[in-house]
Amino acid sequence: MTEAGLTMLNRTADSVARATPEPLARKVRGISDKGLAWLFISPTILLLLAINIFPLFWAIYLSFTNYRANRPNEMVKNVGLANYRRILGDQDIWIAMQTTAHFVFWTILLQTLIGFTLAWLIDRKFRGHAFWTTIILVPMMLSPAVVGNFWRFLYEPQIGLFAYAISFVTGIPATQIGMLSNVSLAPWSIVIVDTWMWTPYVMLICLAGLRSIPEYIYEAAEVDRASNWRQFWSITLPMALPFIMLAVLFRGIENFKMFDMVNLLTGGGPGSTTEVASITLKRQAFESWRTGYSSAFAIILFVAVFGLANIYVKALNKVKQR
Amino acid sequence: MKSTLKLTLGLTSAMFASTAVSNVAQAEDLTLCWAAWDPANALVELSKDFTKETGIGMKFEFVPWTNYADRFLNELNSKGKLCDLIIGDSQWIGGSAENGHYVKLNDFFDKEKISMDDFVPATVVGYSEWPKNSPNYWALPAMGDVVGWTYRKDWFSKPELQKEFKEKYGWDLAAPTTFDQLKQIAEFFQKREIDGKTVYGASIYTERGSEGITMGAMDVLYSFGFKYENPDKPYEMDGFVNSEKSVKGLEFYKALYDCCTPPGASNSYMGEGVDAFKSGQVAMHMNFAFTWPGLQKDENVGGDKIGYFANPKGPDGDQFAQLGGQGISVVSYSDKQEAALKYIKWFANKDVQAKWWSLGGFSCLNAVVKDPGFAASQPYAQTFLDSMAIVKDFWAEPSYAPLLQASQKRFHDYVVAGQGSAKDALDGLVKDWTEVFQDDGKM
Repeated sequence: MTEAGLTMLNRTADSVARATPEPLARKVRGISDKGLAWLFISPTILLLLAINIFPLFWAIYLSFTNYRANRPNEMVKNVGLANYRRILGDQDIWIAMQTTAHFVFWTILLQTLIGFTLAWLIDRKFRGHAFWTTIILVPMMLSPAVVGNFWRFLYEPQIGLFAYAISFVTGIPATQIGMLSNVSLAPWSIVIVDTWMWTPYVMLICLAGLRSIPEYIYEAAEVDRASNWRQFWSITLPMALPFIMLAVLFRGIENFKMFDMVNLLTGGGPGSTTEVASITLKRQAFESWRTGYSSAFAIILFVAVFGLANIYVKALNKVKQR
Repeated sequence: MKSTLKLTLGLTSAMFASTAVSNVAQAEDLTLCWAAWDPANALVELSKDFTKETGIGMKFEFVPWTNYADRFLNELNSKGKLCDLIIGDSQWIGGSAENGHYVKLNDFFDKEKISMDDFVPATVVGYSEWPKNSPNYWALPAMGDVVGWTYRKDWFSKPELQKEFKEKYGWDLAAPTTFDQLKQIAEFFQKREIDGKTVYGASIYTERGSEGITMGAMDVLYSFGFKYENPDKPYEMDGFVNSEKSVKGLEFYKALYDCCTPPGASNSYMGEGVDAFKSGQVAMHMNFAFTWPGLQKDENVGGDKIGYFANPKGPDGDQFAQLGGQGISVVSYSDKQEAALKYIKWFANKDVQAKWWSLGGFSCLNAVVKDPGFAASQPYAQTFLDSMAIVKDFWAEPSYAPLLQASQKRFHDYVVAGQGSAKDALDGLVKDWTEVFQDDGKM
């Protein structure tokens, strides 16, 4: 800031201080810097407590009860660890967790591979690369509700373009390609849509990583006559790795709690083939109204994500420190 | 000056008066909550007469079927005051009565001389009573509904198809009277070219998210001999829910799904069924009767092209159909209960009920449905009457939601995803339902 600017700022502060009524000024003078800091951040903390921390503790409390939100007049009983025991011994819950793990694994794998490849290509800075970057980002800008409905029509075996495209390539009649109704294809239909929508996001993060690699390292490698392949394995990949890992972390957390796309595309079906954990949780909480039971399930999911994310962040930090 | 003053005073008074009147009207406005569908529009039209008669304004809160239960059960559970009147689903009656969401109407009915004997008995049991078959009334039967079938009368009457069908199956192609016949017809039409278009056998309920596949499967299972419980020992389900006959019924439903539905119809309910029929995709279409007035008026498939039939008979000649429909209740958290009761009194009136039917609603009043002219009043009226005479309903227990979720999962896993056998699905259902009733302390 220039000297003139500083003078102006001091003058303004002086005039505000002079305008402050004496009793209030006396009170403020009595507050320490730390106290003042607390004063400023307390509204945010209160808000955080009210909308995040309190519901979390309330859910923990409910998870030990038989509470049902649709029976307000019924006595709430403490059931100890019964809800947790029931969930951990429930085969359907484990199937839902397996479905979630399958979904998270494949979406992350595909998004990382395609996202990094796209970022690497875009980073070549070919003619029109800015235009193509924008085009690639379009799916990410759409609302999941729009994407879900839009893909449901694309997958439609009688009128959907996707079925016709596959039919054109494979020769299988389009009406036999029931992406959402076939037990083996339905999980992949969701993986495809999620990959289509969120690969650009991974690409953006990878692109940031690639662009952060100083040019002189490549120049030094050129001087050492390192091949392109060698440069990629020894410079590009290791230096972009923290960014790739960050993208994997973000997508992993997001996809672990994936709800909207599954709900819109298959609703968990056919049967329970695509019933991921969040769909099971919603059904237990808001359709079966087992509030205590579903709170326990939510806590288990929270602990699982929190624990895995912590382990992962530690690994990320180690990679960064290398 | 004097005249200007008079004019000013007059205008000011008029302004105040009109504001006061509108304030009074606003204070008296009733909000009626229901699903967003065709009969709701008819009710809006009908309710204009109520406003005209009483000066009480009507506001409506209509929510699409997919969110209907979530939205309004949340509203009731949180003791919300949004709805003064609610037309709630028949299965909500147990929970809403036991949790104090609805006002008990017995005293009001006695005082206003409204007799439940004046309504179709099945609708009284289905929509008004809790506990079932006891004279405790929580709603006035409002919208009769039942699962039935529509078919393409124009396709059925094509001479070349009639000839081919007779040669193949040995009986005349006509509306089926048994489920075996229904399947034969569905197989006959499946993937057939009609007017240059590939058509399919039947559209049936397969929806997973809310209640679709349960309504469809039960609609068939009842006629095969399925029973919810031992008639002599409540909540004893083993041997009834998973009886051999029930297994046969569920196997039949799966066979019908596998052989004769359009491609991709794995998550189909009321809307999808209507779309399939309207677009000329299917020869037969399972759906609630409320869809019939709209289909009858449809330019492409309505008029002479459409026919109706009640749920066919099962292998032993039993014939039942899944009940739909709702009763109208006064919400106990409303501040306008008196005005809401006035609406119910008005709605129970014979003339209002007759107009309700003429506008597209399905009246449950005997005086309307037993009127000699009723059966001929609409092409679907007789089928509606026949169907209403054979209804059965899903559990209406306070725990109906987890009971429904269990059947949705078991049926969809077997029928659509093809996992396990029908016996596994029904054994699993007995296990799930037993757990629910044990949690409730009823077993």
